[in-house]
Amino acid sequence: MTLDRRIREALISLWLAGPGAAAMILLIFLPVAIVAALSLTDYQFGAPSAQWIGLENYARLFSDPSGRRALTNTLIYAAVVIPASMALGLAVAIGLHGIAGWAPRLSAMLRAAYFLPVAATLVAMAIAWQMLLHPSIGLVTGLLDGIGVSAPAFLSDRGLVIYTLAAIGVWQSVGYNMVLFLAGLAAIPAHLYDAASVDGADGPWTRFTTVTWPMLGPTTLFVAVITATNAFRVFETVATITKGGPGFASDTLVFALYREGFVYFKAGYASALTMVFLGLLLIVTLLKVRLIERRVHYR
Amino acid sequence: MIARRLSRLLAIAALIAGAALVLLPFVWMLSLSLKPAGEIFADGIAIFPSRIEWSNYARAFTEVPLARFLLNGAIVCTGILVFQILFSVPCAFALAQRRFAGRTLLFGLVLAGLLVPFQVTAIPIFLGLAKLGMLNTYPALILPFTASMFGIFLFRQFFARMPTDLFEAARIDGLSETAIVWRIAFPLSMPAATAFAIFSVTAHWNDLFWPLIATTDPDIATPPRGILYFKDEEAGDDIGPLMAGAVIVTAPLVLFFLLAQRRFTQAIASGGLRG
Repeated sequence: MTLDRRIREALISLWLAGPGAAAMILLIFLPVAIVAALSLTDYQFGAPSAQWIGLENYARLFSDPSGRRALTNTLIYAAVVIPASMALGLAVAIGLHGIAGWAPRLSAMLRAAYFLPVAATLVAMAIAWQMLLHPSIGLVTGLLDGIGVSAPAFLSDRGLVIYTLAAIGVWQSVGYNMVLFLAGLAAIPAHLYDAASVDGADGPWTRFTTVTWPMLGPTTLFVAVITATNAFRVFETVATITKGGPGFASDTLVFALYREGFVYFKAGYASALTMVFLGLLLIVTLLKVRLIERRVHYR
Repeated sequence: MIARRLSRLLAIAALIAGAALVLLPFVWMLSLSLKPAGEIFADGIAIFPSRIEWSNYARAFTEVPLARFLLNGAIVCTGILVFQILFSVPCAFALAQRRFAGRTLLFGLVLAGLLVPFQVTAIPIFLGLAKLGMLNTYPALILPFTASMFGIFLFRQFFARMPTDLFEAARIDGLSETAIVWRIAFPLSMPAATAFAIFSVTAHWNDLFWPLIATTDPDIATPPRGILYFKDEEAGDDIGPLMAGAVIVTAPLVLFFLLAQRRFTQAIASGGLRG
């Protein structure tokens, strides 16, 4: 290749890949660097200048009750949503996979029903949930009254509210996990079940522990990572239903970063919250890489 | 045999009960949106209204600019999708079918970028848009999402599986690389493009985080932002119209999902890669 030709080819590559690459630097990597830097300052939106204050924002985040509350609430939320939505998603997937053979239309209808929350607008559904759990006009409250149980204050009890939001989070992610598990189940070769039954494993539970669960290893890891990253990002339900209340009882990391940054304009402190949020997500990714190295793949 | 029948029956009963629970918020939302105000606050529970109150839907459109919200949602989602495709398709093609210095580094950055959720970049992007005086405009809602790492990744995987000979033949015919990208590679990648479009539109139609930050003007509010204005304004006595608004905002994607279930499900499931 002549030099002219090589320069021409390089320019064409630049023309094709350059805009995407530039947008990526400008909209992702540069902002991440700026957030990291801002988290070490006391910058406020609109202020003429800012001071370097080292790790003070982080110290405040981890010592201040409201900062710690946002972090622990996010972890509680994830600790409920991840196992519950995975276990339920898997159970539904196994059930639907089982009946798909002899009741395909019913199986498809039920699958659509379970998936519906994933397609729906979460803000609107959060309002629907609020009306369902409403202390005076809520259906759930009414049903509980009907059987003589006085309904707890799902959304205004400080000890309960984060678990109520987590339950809504489970409701929202079960269908998504179900679809991923269904794909994993479809990929398990039928001859493995035949082999297992030759070896005497023909009860549903032994089939599950000897074939299904080990074969689903990679799927389960994939589902866990996705569910975790989505759980750490919880925002819409908090912003719509509780706004972090009552009294910060349902504050979460992303909602706190929104409130501190864009309602109180404390950009420095909000940047520290952002970095902690990013740190949580990176821990999930590191765990995934470590697990893949230890080989969950049965291939 | 009887034991097997029984376990099948139990499984179906459990699955139907679970599905009913999942559908409960949808049913309650529809029910409230069709109830006369008096019945919403009446004692006792009734799923079905005694008479259907269509005026809730009419009032949803007059009490807030609901039609405007829907139009804004369509404008913003279309704008985002068009820019995402314009930026990611040529970049993905170069990554998959061309050799150039820095290609491995660029792909590594794309994979790293997949790990960064939008919320992390919000503060600097807000600062930048504020400096440019662009807050409260459509570009403020569209431009931050033009760099889609998921888009680049998805199209790259698709282009990498296409035979190189195909593009060599086009080059010999004298087609420019830009023409090859848009006239040959892109039309052949329609399955990937459809999946990406469904994923992108769903994500941005439903997004609340960024519209809540970048706009304060109800005139450019997207549907979720708009419905939140409605919720915050109504003092608890306009629940019928509010729920009618919620139904209308949710309906487009839910209907689309019900009509194109397989495509929709696959697209959203593949979006999990984005993390």
